[in-house]
Amino acid sequence: MIFPTELFAQDALTPASLLGAVALGAAFGFVLERSGFGRAQKLVAQFYLTDMTVFRVMFTAVVTAALGTSLLAAVGLLDLKAVTVNYPTFLWPMIAGGLLVGAGFVISGYCPGTSVVAAASGKLDGLLTVAGVVIGAVAYAELQPAVAAFHDSGKLGGVFLYQLLHLPPLALAAIIAVAAVGCFIGAGKVERLVAAARLARTATTTPSR
Amino acid sequence: MTRDPDRFWNPYLAGVALGLVLLATYLLTGKGLGASGASFRLGVATLQAVAPAHVAAVPLMAATTEDGSPLRYWLVFQVLGVVLGGFLGALTSGRLRGETLKGPTFPARARWALALGGGAVMGVGAQLARGCASGQALSGGALMSAGAWAFFLAFFGGGYALAALVRRQWT
Repeated sequence: MIFPTELFAQDALTPASLLGAVALGAAFGFVLERSGFGRAQKLVAQFYLTDMTVFRVMFTAVVTAALGTSLLAAVGLLDLKAVTVNYPTFLWPMIAGGLLVGAGFVISGYCPGTSVVAAASGKLDGLLTVAGVVIGAVAYAELQPAVAAFHDSGKLGGVFLYQLLHLPPLALAAIIAVAAVGCFIGAGKVERLVAAARLARTATTTPSR
Repeated sequence: MTRDPDRFWNPYLAGVALGLVLLATYLLTGKGLGASGASFRLGVATLQAVAPAHVAAVPLMAATTEDGSPLRYWLVFQVLGVVLGGFLGALTSGRLRGETLKGPTFPARARWALALGGGAVMGVGAQLARGCASGQALSGGALMSAGAWAFFLAFFGGGYALAALVRRQWT
């Protein structure tokens, strides 16, 4: 096993690991910006079915990294368990948290990460979203002792889909990749249907854009 | 070459690029990318400056002060990188501009309130879920974590459920 490396480990907090953090974060931020994720309208279009870029970029990234990690693990270059140990499942709070992050996403126009990109691009609404995330997270921490039972509910430890399906990680990553292609074709169809319906509506009124 | 602020990368190529950044992060650091954890720590650090005893008494906050300052943390430096990368991306694409993104007829103050309020809702959600779209859906999702995929589905569910209610801010 060569990976994950010790030198840049997240818990090392050495100059090398912190410099790595800034470099990887900069690459992350740059790609998000180039994807259009610093622009609220581009992000929320996912939820109005007019532009499914968020789904395309996110799902392609998940497939790329899933194939990469499981392939490197299969040939013995990556200790997959050393990475997956950091991703335990707390089922119920994760579902509740997902609903809230999705709701907050359409309300604010950003997710916690893309709001940082928007703020760095000069968008005041992005900066306010960052401030909101800070306030919400701190407020939750204050109240967490009162909801501690729910906070730790559905604690299943490390549960991974390939274990549930009794498949090698690489096989499931390949299946997800094939499924993604089907989903992308479907997403394109939905966009065209919504655009056609919109065109039919605006043809009788004043055309906009 | 003229810069067109409305031009973005092809979403599939952007997705591959994002996936490769994530893969490099797993390989080099043993863990994925994130965002909301750094925001939380920024808040705790601010609170610690004025009320250190209170921070020590709140379990989720106390857990961030093991190395002294809550800001002594890998993810905080990674998000500093996101600021830098986002800034450079916007600068080189012609998208760096001080403005509020909203629909032409929607009042700016109302948009600011929605941005702040929506952010707060996400702050709560990300604490519950141990991560946000980056730390859970993307980083946990690519490792095929069951909880991350449950989060991913719920995230889209929450977005679609509320979308119609807040659409006016874009008109």
